[in-house]
Amino acid sequence: MSLGQLLSAPPAIVAAGVDVFSDALRAQGADVTDVDWRPPGFGDPADLAALALDPRRAVANRTAVERLMAAGSQLVDVRPAREVLGLPDRTLLHSGPPLTWDMASGPMRGALIGACLFEGWASTVEEAEKILAAGEITLDPCHHHRTVGPMAGVTSPSMWMWCLSDPVNGGRAFCNLNEGLGKVLRMGAYNEEVLTRLAWMRDVLGPILSRAVRDPIDAGADPLDVKAVLAQMLQMGDEGHNRNRAGSLMTLRELSPAIVEVDAPASDIAAVLKFIGGNEHFFLNLGMPTAKLAMDAARDVPGSSMVTVMSRNGTEFGIQTAGTGDRWFTGPANTPVGLFLGDYGPEDANPDIGDSAIMETYGVGGFTMAAAPAIVRFVGGSVPDALATTERMYQLTLAENPAMQVPILGFRGSPTGIDVLKVARTGWLPQINTGMAGRVAGTGQVGAGLVQPPQECFEKALAALAEESRAAA
Amino acid sequence: MSAPPPGAGARHVSLRSGVYADSVKLMQVSRDIGARDGVSAVLVAMATPLNLELAAGMGLAPDGEPSPDQLLIAIKAADEDVLAAAVTAVDAALAARERSTGTADAIPARTVAAGLDALPTDGSALAIVSVPGQYAVAEAADAIAAGRSVLVFSDGVPVEHEVALKRAAHDAGVLVMGPDCGTAIVSGVALGFANVVRPGAVGLVAASGTGAQQVSCLLDMAGVGVSHVLGVGGRDLSEAVGGLATLDALAALDADPATERVLLVSKPPAPSVAAAVEEAAGKLAVPVRSAALSPETPDLTAAVEALLADMGAAVPEWPARPGDGTTAAPGAVLKGLYSGGTLADEAMLLAAPVLGGIRSNTPLEPGLDLGTDLSATGHVVIDFGDDALTVGRAHPMIDPTLRLEALAGVAASGEPAVLLMDVVLGHGADADPAGSLVPALIAARETSATPLPVVIALVGTEGDPQGWSRQADALAAAGAAVFSSNAAATRHALDLLGAAR
Repeated sequence: MSLGQLLSAPPAIVAAGVDVFSDALRAQGADVTDVDWRPPGFGDPADLAALALDPRRAVANRTAVERLMAAGSQLVDVRPAREVLGLPDRTLLHSGPPLTWDMASGPMRGALIGACLFEGWASTVEEAEKILAAGEITLDPCHHHRTVGPMAGVTSPSMWMWCLSDPVNGGRAFCNLNEGLGKVLRMGAYNEEVLTRLAWMRDVLGPILSRAVRDPIDAGADPLDVKAVLAQMLQMGDEGHNRNRAGSLMTLRELSPAIVEVDAPASDIAAVLKFIGGNEHFFLNLGMPTAKLAMDAARDVPGSSMVTVMSRNGTEFGIQTAGTGDRWFTGPANTPVGLFLGDYGPEDANPDIGDSAIMETYGVGGFTMAAAPAIVRFVGGSVPDALATTERMYQLTLAENPAMQVPILGFRGSPTGIDVLKVARTGWLPQINTGMAGRVAGTGQVGAGLVQPPQECFEKALAALAEESRAAA
Repeated sequence: MSAPPPGAGARHVSLRSGVYADSVKLMQVSRDIGARDGVSAVLVAMATPLNLELAAGMGLAPDGEPSPDQLLIAIKAADEDVLAAAVTAVDAALAARERSTGTADAIPARTVAAGLDALPTDGSALAIVSVPGQYAVAEAADAIAAGRSVLVFSDGVPVEHEVALKRAAHDAGVLVMGPDCGTAIVSGVALGFANVVRPGAVGLVAASGTGAQQVSCLLDMAGVGVSHVLGVGGRDLSEAVGGLATLDALAALDADPATERVLLVSKPPAPSVAAAVEEAAGKLAVPVRSAALSPETPDLTAAVEALLADMGAAVPEWPARPGDGTTAAPGAVLKGLYSGGTLADEAMLLAAPVLGGIRSNTPLEPGLDLGTDLSATGHVVIDFGDDALTVGRAHPMIDPTLRLEALAGVAASGEPAVLLMDVVLGHGADADPAGSLVPALIAARETSATPLPVVIALVGTEGDPQGWSRQADALAAAGAAVFSSNAAATRHALDLLGAAR
């Protein structure tokens, strides 16, 4: 046993606790770093100790991180949810943890109503509310179907889905197509404009994208490497959650030649290109399943305290961890703080909603705020805030993802793999960048801002992980 | 990878997917690899048509149909060894991260893990943890997970946590020092409570904080220095812990070229553990001498003198200051007020054969337990550094309040006594212990109805920030007899008591 170089050179010291020892060390000229230690933000000390001492934990977390980082993401198909998810009629997927109509918030109800109208299961809003309230429509979280959806995340059988594949771990993930901004279903709007757009997406956009993605692959071309696009976005001022401009343009660039080759009326081709080019969030629905592929690859690692899902249904925030399978740990969703569109104000905002926090779970979005100084004012922050946020997130996470680099931090990899134990010990909660939906059904988007999960989710996850740890010992 | 054409040296051409780096970074990597001896051509770049054309021009075109999202690594070198080293260097350069200096300081580390992560990975580093005991385990586990040794100064760490940490440390090839033994000197850096002693060839493994301080200070006074002092925690040689850290520390010192001899310092160990440690020590190349306290070997100073004899070094006259000649009143009892647990043990082991059983909050046998009554009559030795007396307050080597109150209590009780105390100097300790102790001693002697002789074991060196002689002179001026050896101080107190009987 040689203890590294400890006995051959004076060590640099990292000190946590009383100052008197650090002072004495400095007086000797030693290199001392003081930890700004404070008691854990939450958690039974016995639970924290059980996890800190779990001999499986280091290896399990390393395994989870390695799987996450190894995961790739290729765009392999575009198909209707009915076919690719086997989604039956009268079934709707939604964002976040499990939900009933009774507990659903305004925008979630609006999106569910809109989907019933879109699918023709109801012809009026009242009728849609009636069948939803009567439980005639089955509701299930997207996450239970390898699927993610932004905001309300409502996914119905006729919607076309991006189909992504992880060539490394063999996983698949799905997400519907992004509708754009303003009055859109995912923000809870369901008026004629919304339904007309959804019908066009079903009849024109979906089929053309499907051919544009599949024809080149059928002809022997490599599928689009979506992970590589995400990596490049971070170097172009996007953070991958609330700013997707570069990513959307790159996607347009990659898909355009194949779109133009599709055998369809020139007016439809033009409309598709215009729609994609006019939607700065078009890429989000490709980024999210890319993150989902990576997080699903890290599932089911006993002893790992890494978060695999953060998601909200507009009422509750839910998380899952690699060490506790598909069990949800939920708490009441917070309301984001940020900037508002037009005349809207804080009283118009619905509590946090959407599966898009999968981006932060993967280590981008709010975690790479430092990469997107252009967005900080939009979400009500400053550039130093953005840098500080990312710096803080490194202390909540297990690793730095070399594929997702933050230029201004010296191309440091993004803070990746949220550790429930680190969240408890630092008392800092993950930072999420998000859009804000109006709290009244039918309103649509009212703003964008910053939000954190409720601590309760992490308290419950910590207790469950500790219980599992003791049972395994 | 393509096969090398004959006579062209060695070539490497590969494509990687899912790796993106910007062109500036890649140009830097190409330039650095190209500067290596024996490398004749390099292109590390995204596989864009332009770059593929460049590669073809260099005779390094990849096979197949690369996509612009792939990273092309193309190197031509004099031979296979140079080539392999260059490819490895590409990987290292791509993985290397620049350290940001602009904002990193703005967010202080909240955990030992974050603090260690900010250090360069190639240097020597150590964590020191003095947070409340129930939270110490997570901080210490951070250090072990980072492959770093840790000194746990915290007390109140549950023994099962200590065992788990030490097992994990053993597996990780690092050392957990402590808990509840705040002494270490590692490569010249004094951690926690430790004295300024000269560097030398004697390594100490100490399951005792103040015991290690006594031994290292006496060695220093004899002109002998220490290589390292590895404090392994007061419980390390108990049945429960089984000497886990002691065995690892002995092995580490055995491998250390600067350490020529090892002295093992301990409170009375569990016999089975002592035997196991002795057996392990016998197998090492470095000679190991034990200074573990026991009824048969009750004297740390004697152990130091034996070590000096092993080394052929002269035993000096241990520095001391005579007292003012105050004699004990008839019927006087021993009142030992200690801040160091091992020094208290040593005093009791030396005094028990003369005085009979000595009651204590840390008794040699359970029947002598004082419980919470620190003002009990008869022969009493109290360890104010014991966990039960440091809950919610600093160690008595930092905060003398409780001990000074006890001193005043002895004087006011009317029970004739000889007062035996330790004063421990060095890093981390009170900057001027005599400054508060001298007025308290003068007041106590004025209060006391009977003459109150005071005997002090002053553990320290001239090099300590407080200075042994300065403190000794101040204490002697208040009438105390001062000894650098706790054993000598205890014997002097026993002489005073003997003369009074």
